[in-house]
Amino acid sequence: MGQVIVVTSGKGGVGKTTTTANIGTALSLKGKKTVLIDTDIGLRNLDVVLGLENRIVFDIVDVVEKKCKVKQALIRDKRFDGLFLIPAAQTRDKNAVTPEQMKELCEELKQEFDFVIIDCPAGIEQGFKNAVAGADRAIIVTTPEVSAVRDADRIIGLLEANEIDQMHLIINRIRVDMVKKGDMMNVDDILEILGVKLIGVVPDDEDIIISTNKGEPASSDEKSKVGQAYRNIALRICGEEIPIMDMGSSNIFVNAFKKIFSRQK
Amino acid sequence: MEFFDFFNNLFKNKKTVSKNTAKERLQMVLIHDRANVSPELLEKMKNEILQVLSKYVEINTEEFDVQLTRTKSEDGERMVPALVANIPIAKTKDDK
Repeated sequence: MGQVIVVTSGKGGVGKTTTTANIGTALSLKGKKTVLIDTDIGLRNLDVVLGLENRIVFDIVDVVEKKCKVKQALIRDKRFDGLFLIPAAQTRDKNAVTPEQMKELCEELKQEFDFVIIDCPAGIEQGFKNAVAGADRAIIVTTPEVSAVRDADRIIGLLEANEIDQMHLIINRIRVDMVKKGDMMNVDDILEILGVKLIGVVPDDEDIIISTNKGEPASSDEKSKVGQAYRNIALRICGEEIPIMDMGSSNIFVNAFKKIFSRQK
Repeated sequence: MEFFDFFNNLFKNKKTVSKNTAKERLQMVLIHDRANVSPELLEKMKNEILQVLSKYVEINTEEFDVQLTRTKSEDGERMVPALVANIPIAKTKDDK
């Protein structure tokens, strides 16, 4: 039986959909049968990020309203063996689906797939409640900004309240140059604040914009550094121990000097 | 570049490195978020505490301060929210 993972963040625009698409692609390249579900009803985007926007016939609302069979709504990605998408409906709203219906859908998909990855909408309302309803574990995406980290902290609290205890953090869009200057919070700063386990660090990279323009997830590009970051996350999801990329976190010499200077106030 | 960064960091005061400002501000705001105590609620509590105490003692209202902070739980394993009050007494009221 497979696992259901919800990708969530609270704040919008931190990279949930991009993360879902890239991890899903990387898992399928590892030979894992994976289905991605877009639960952002009314603002569907996972289809365009994956480059599958022209293949949509049925969507998640059709499935829960039993207008079609689950199998009919599954869009098979022809480029990556074992990768499927259930798109969100574009002309409905978040109330078109209930948490109970999501639970039922996740249970059914778990029988068939190794991984069910749910792309959660921004916010903490109905869309969030639906997205987490059937999840076994969660991946929280944040960026090194106060607003994103604050919202991630709130989401962690809500996931705990929903009894999703297995939580992992992805820190997205790290800029090594800014971290080195002390103008961006580093990985350790964020982990200290949020107190959850890290599963990956993704650098801020142009490759993501280019690959999203084309509808080809960066994780399928062997040469891409950001693609490598996502492939590593996929391996860690499968339980492999892969070291985290160095993002200029801490220089012991600089820190030692900083300590001496900061004592003077 | 590495060399440059090193000295750059060396001569920057800890306070001027903006990520430290971010971290400190975040930690403050999260104390309130996690305890579900907004600054408005804290202000309300402060005023009511002041009212009650003023029945018995005269409080120096200028320096009276109640803050939400974090402290170690009794088992010493977790950080829990705590209220810390600083209540300077100007003078005790005469018993009647």
